[in-house]
Amino acid sequence: MQHKDSVPISRRMSLWEYANPKKFMQVSGAALPWVGGLAALCLAVGLIWGFFFTPDDFRQGSTVKIIYIHVPAALMGINAWLMMLVTSLIWLVRRHHVSALAAKAAAPVGLVMTVIALATGAIWGQPMWGTWWAWDPRLTSFLILGLFYLGYIALWAAIDNPDTAADLTSVLCLVGSVFALLSRYAVLFWNQGLHQGASLTVTQDNPISDIYYWPLITSISGFVLLFLTLVLVRTRTEIRRRRLQALLNRERMA
Amino acid sequence: MMPELGKYAVEVISAYVVSVALLGGIVWASLREGARVRRELRSVEARRDRADG
Repeated sequence: MQHKDSVPISRRMSLWEYANPKKFMQVSGAALPWVGGLAALCLAVGLIWGFFFTPDDFRQGSTVKIIYIHVPAALMGINAWLMMLVTSLIWLVRRHHVSALAAKAAAPVGLVMTVIALATGAIWGQPMWGTWWAWDPRLTSFLILGLFYLGYIALWAAIDNPDTAADLTSVLCLVGSVFALLSRYAVLFWNQGLHQGASLTVTQDNPISDIYYWPLITSISGFVLLFLTLVLVRTRTEIRRRRLQALLNRERMA
Repeated sequence: MMPELGKYAVEVISAYVVSVALLGGIVWASLREGARVRRELRSVEARRDRADG
């Protein structure tokens, strides 16, 4: 610890350094091939393992294979919004542009994850529950979360001033977080739904057997890494777009 | 090679096809937009450098 104390405070690595667009571009550019490659590897292994090499469930038959996309997509649909909540709060409190742009960049990816979870849920629900859709608390709050994603993306597109857009979308994100959390926890306190509880827990006694657990964990890692890759790619695009806009404005003034 | 999916083959395969298509779509759209903006920025920067130069 001693050597660390000898470094001046201003020179120490800090999380806020990544709020500097130049630093962010440097680090994300170096990390992207690795994160992207690992995402592709985990996704390929997880989905191929799940689809080809896992047995049928004694009650659900082969539909259990849908778990390898449904659960990771739903998890990312919710967590993408929570990531947007954190970056929106950082924008509101500390006014770091990269943070606001990261939230903007994540929204379409979160929306795709939510749509995948809804679509695979419907495809899975039809043979298991006898219906494509039910106004179950978990399903309903998840659908509303999907609508919030649409509203959030539309709001960014509707406002010309980027700082105002970041402010208003951040507030919308705060409100929408209620539904992100409800999608996760409604099943615990709203006992009238069809949807079951969590498929995974952090405790030792997992509700699902090992033979389904490991391919699921691999697939979840793939979805998380894919999300991270796409957010990095899209945030880099947003930073470049902002610089492009600044240069064009300067040209117009000259 | 294809696993025996029984009477739920349509459900399982369609779930995978829809998901892979949507994931492929967002990856493609993100890369395409990224390349477009990068190209545009490069050309504006080159124009600026010429004007300064």
